[in-house]
Amino acid sequence: MVHLRRIAAIVLRQYYLIRGSFARVLPLFVWVAVDIILWGFITRYLNSVTASGFNFVPALLGAVLFWDFFTRVMQGVTTAFLEDVWTRNFLNIFATPLSIGEYLTGLVLSSIATSTVGLLVMLILASLVFGLSFFLYGLLLIPFLLVLFLFGIALGVFAIAFVLRFGPAAEWFVWPIPALLSPFAAVFYPLATLPRWMQYVSHLLPPSYVFESMRAVLAGGPASGTDLLWAGALDLLYILLACWFFTRIYRHAVRTGLLARYSAETLS
Amino acid sequence: MVTDMTAEQPRSSPAPSGSKVLAIVDLCRTYGTTVAVDGVSFEVGRNEIVGLLGPNGAGKTTIINMVLGVLEPSAGAICIEGVDITTHRRQALERTNFAAVYAPLPGNLTVYQNLRFFGLIYGVNDLSRWIEELLQQFDLVRFRNTKCGVLSSGEQTRVGLAKALLNQPHLLLLDEPTASLDPATARDIRVKLCDFVAQEGVGVLWTSHNMYEVEKVCDRVLFLSHGKILLEGDPKSLPREHGKETLEELFIAVAREPLTFEGG
Repeated sequence: MVHLRRIAAIVLRQYYLIRGSFARVLPLFVWVAVDIILWGFITRYLNSVTASGFNFVPALLGAVLFWDFFTRVMQGVTTAFLEDVWTRNFLNIFATPLSIGEYLTGLVLSSIATSTVGLLVMLILASLVFGLSFFLYGLLLIPFLLVLFLFGIALGVFAIAFVLRFGPAAEWFVWPIPALLSPFAAVFYPLATLPRWMQYVSHLLPPSYVFESMRAVLAGGPASGTDLLWAGALDLLYILLACWFFTRIYRHAVRTGLLARYSAETLS
Repeated sequence: MVTDMTAEQPRSSPAPSGSKVLAIVDLCRTYGTTVAVDGVSFEVGRNEIVGLLGPNGAGKTTIINMVLGVLEPSAGAICIEGVDITTHRRQALERTNFAAVYAPLPGNLTVYQNLRFFGLIYGVNDLSRWIEELLQQFDLVRFRNTKCGVLSSGEQTRVGLAKALLNQPHLLLLDEPTASLDPATARDIRVKLCDFVAQEGVGVLWTSHNMYEVEKVCDRVLFLSHGKILLEGDPKSLPREHGKETLEELFIAVAREPLTFEGG
């Protein structure tokens, strides 16, 4: 049975930490704001130097906004987990009746709260300062964000499982994941631009369907509903796999003694 | 000064009487070829404080980690109020709690925030009132909004003990609970914990290197060395039974010459 109060505890802890820390509040919106401003000016410049009449604002700035949203969702999960790593809190937290499902749900809800802040800041900046109109995407904005959100959750859970398995130093692994995936996700260019082997990888990444659909809509064509459904199905599959992976890693840590000696990173 | 914790009772059911609160049977834990815990069996009853004694590395913390479900036994069984920790972890841990010097509460949360966080996780009813009560009992009211990381080690220990009593545990695991406390506070805490045990029907597994303390609080002691229980008995009579004047002398003898005591 799921206990909502236990899930609420994880979210409340994150609220306490953010509320009391300047260093936690700023990253919620500063980096995404910087990205929007940077890419906003780049798109303005590109619009002014190209004679094609192609509007780069919705294609590039919109892509940056979507990609940053996915990144914030993933980091929302990982950062909430890393709070327990940084404070060496595993013994206290895992010696309670809290289940893995409740713990992960709490991390996801924390991520929804923190990534929403970033999304709102980006939406306001992109539309007010650079004239990005979200009406261009129509109702597809919702499935676009949903697919990216679910993939962020899946990747976040996978990343924290990796940190649980390899110790606090594996934190470095978490941060560059979005950058590593971005060439394959075809954020800024059509999938056809990529060599064949990269396209195979892209087809396994739900965000690539979002960005292809986004470009199709902006070109005046229809988005493929089948593609977006497929992306959603992939998301759900990845979330299930990530949760299974985390549970397996947790059980391994309990079985081997890694959880009780987490700071040692290895038992060998 | 720590106040009387029995002044106002929290709102949870007292521990049911009768069965043992903790039963450990043939518990083993190995790390590769290293045997950390070797066929340990013992029980802790209600209203009983059992001292788990032994030199560093004897296996005390390993046993506690297994009872808390954060370390899987290589063999054997652990039942808390008849519930197997391996198969019914959540149920077993609902009425279990612990305090240990090596597991301080997150230093970036205040005392109140930590107690609220863990109180929600343990599903404590009427949490706000119970937190206020614990803050008073452990003389933590003035530190209510202080981050735990800036407290002295003794103050952090008291916060850890307040956390340990949040869910009105039926089984309490205390790993050197007074190690960082000054003698006056340590005595207050001992009195408080003993009162709690007597009032609530709690079973306590208590590790300490302070033999004076062990003699004062423990109903029974287990001497552990190299993962095995070598001696068991009343801390007041056990030294004389083995030709020693004090519990400390017996401890030193067991630590230095464990083979002499093997077989009980």
